[in-house]
Amino acid sequence: MTDQTTRAPQTVARAARAKRANEEPYLEVSDLHVQFPTADGLVRAVQGLSYSLPLGRTLAIVGESGSGKSVSSMAVLGLHDAKTARISGSIKVGGREITGLSERALESYRGVDAAMIFQDPQSSLHPYFTVGDQIMEAYRTHRRVSKRAAKARAVEMLDRVGIPNPRRRVDNYPHEFSGGMRQRAMIAMALVNDPKLLIADEPTTALDVTVQAQILDLITDLQRDFGSAVVFITHDLGVVAEIADDILVMYAGSAIEQGPVEKVLGTPLHPYSWGLLESVPALTGEPAPLHPIPGTPPSLLAVPSGCAFHPRCEFRDRVPQDRCRTLKPDLLARTADPGHTSRCHLHEPDQVFQTDISPRLP
Amino acid sequence: MTTATATSASGVPIKDGAPLLELDDLAMHFKVRGDGLLGRKNKRVQAVDGVDLTVRAGETLGLVGESGCGKSTTARLITRLLEPTHGEIRYQGHDIAHLSERQLRPYRREIQLIFQDPYSSLNPRHTVGTIVGTALRTHGMVSRGGETARVQELLEMVGLNPEHDNRYPHEFSGGQRQRIGIARALAARPKIIVADEPVSALDVSIQAQVMNLLEELRRELGIAFVFIAHDLGVVRHFCDRVAVMYLGRVVEQGPRDELYGAPQHPYTQALLSAVPDIAVARGMPPKSRIRLEGDVPSPVDPPSGCRFRTRCWKAQDVCAQKTPPLEEKAPGQVAACHFAEPMTSLAA
Repeated sequence: MTDQTTRAPQTVARAARAKRANEEPYLEVSDLHVQFPTADGLVRAVQGLSYSLPLGRTLAIVGESGSGKSVSSMAVLGLHDAKTARISGSIKVGGREITGLSERALESYRGVDAAMIFQDPQSSLHPYFTVGDQIMEAYRTHRRVSKRAAKARAVEMLDRVGIPNPRRRVDNYPHEFSGGMRQRAMIAMALVNDPKLLIADEPTTALDVTVQAQILDLITDLQRDFGSAVVFITHDLGVVAEIADDILVMYAGSAIEQGPVEKVLGTPLHPYSWGLLESVPALTGEPAPLHPIPGTPPSLLAVPSGCAFHPRCEFRDRVPQDRCRTLKPDLLARTADPGHTSRCHLHEPDQVFQTDISPRLP
Repeated sequence: MTTATATSASGVPIKDGAPLLELDDLAMHFKVRGDGLLGRKNKRVQAVDGVDLTVRAGETLGLVGESGCGKSTTARLITRLLEPTHGEIRYQGHDIAHLSERQLRPYRREIQLIFQDPYSSLNPRHTVGTIVGTALRTHGMVSRGGETARVQELLEMVGLNPEHDNRYPHEFSGGQRQRIGIARALAARPKIIVADEPVSALDVSIQAQVMNLLEELRRELGIAFVFIAHDLGVVRHFCDRVAVMYLGRVVEQGPRDELYGAPQHPYTQALLSAVPDIAVARGMPPKSRIRLEGDVPSPVDPPSGCRFRTRCWKAQDVCAQKTPPLEEKAPGQVAACHFAEPMTSLAA
């Protein structure tokens, strides 16, 4: 009933994907700002976010509630209401500018070029229609095909995402599926038009750990087969370590550290990333005491001046002239490695990590 | 642990390390409407079915398992929010499984519960002072006039500003609300706290703050914990002993290091291997990988014999015929499996 394999094939796949990484980016976000005017003031949800992602690669966006990770990804799909959100900057998908597109143009873009998997399959599937109907609708919205052809496609997709008995299951209602199967059905629906860009917003957070493992394997498999670009939003650093090639860590609406997974989790450069690592209890080795980050994340109505993290940072006194409070650092390479960037004034952060943080980690 | 001086609800002093709480063949079956005319063939969800557990004074017992394994029902049985179908819940030797509300009173004070959701477990119309103060008065823990001072002392103990006792729950963040819930539990001076997923709704950095608080309270007050969580890392960090549940039964139980280092039951092994481990990205060797297929069967109609057999790669005919008993496989470590053997490749 169980396949027991080692992790070696995954490492090989990762290396193969890394080779293709020099290709032109499929998704390019530059200087993205998303703001929501409210009765209490302006909510600055995303402030000047830039990143790019080529086909065949997985980028994990990591951050806590209110860091802007979901808001920025919804902007990539054009899901914000123009009446309530102010969006500036540029989002290019396959060379095409997404910001400012009409709702009509967005409809033909969503699902075909880019698709999204949400956290809660319970609320993103309609309880009144069969799973098959919902997949067929997604397919027929973009293609002039007969119902019969669409149903065949729905069965094919359910089979591809590992639903047993797809011919029978296609006529089931969502409540007849378990949580893991609903998430598989959601993935089938997202992929039915072969999108090149897949955004997965906490797709496994609501699932049990053994089911989560199945879904992570499925997403990895599908990406290898279809060669798509995947943005994976999560707060779980363990999931990141398993699935991502690159990480972008967000705090209070800005990217504060970015780079390959081994670098950002292995030798992180930003004090916030250090704090995250020291907050996660280890599964192996000698249990080490947790060193949580003091305080709470800031309100997006009043983001602190300078570096948004400075009120909670234990290293701000090591930066001269109070610069952390007065000057927002740029996202720059802080070591000899140009692919690993961080938004922090701290001098030689790699040295500080080795001497101050590394010994405290398990 | 300072429990050597503690006294029981009945006034008898209890010894350090003596069993504080014992669950004996505990079962909770819920009736659900079944098939048949007028739904008369009633079915029963066997949410908890034959659980034996022991918690000693000052000890922390972790309870892990996936949705539907019965861990939250167990929490509600221990705190007697539910009356079990059969079995015993012995608190300091007294069976409290079927006591009336009135008889339960002295025990209610000593066994407290912390909930998962800091948003729905606090009354939004009451100030924090009222919420914690009510707990004090209900259990007769303060004299007239001493209430405000004790409330403020409790708030300070859980790391909140004592001046904030006149604020409402919505004025606090999720982590702070969880601290209010902890202060309310501490108001009763409990001997045991049942914490049902106390940190799962919190962000990582806040989660670590609350974990450290719970650890400090345990150390300083010598409170025993039944700590329920689905996050195996969190449980490993906090607990002395860990029990793994599957479909209403305990399948394995043992000291923390033994259970994580050399799990005996195939389900424990699969569970541990499924947890995504951050250590991989930091250059640690990958652990072995077991992938279970399918989902947990329905607790209305659980498989015969060993309940895990339908997803187990070791299953033989005997597993369907005979329910494996919990047997000691290593010192202090029990597992319910006909083919148990330790697996050490999961540890680094």
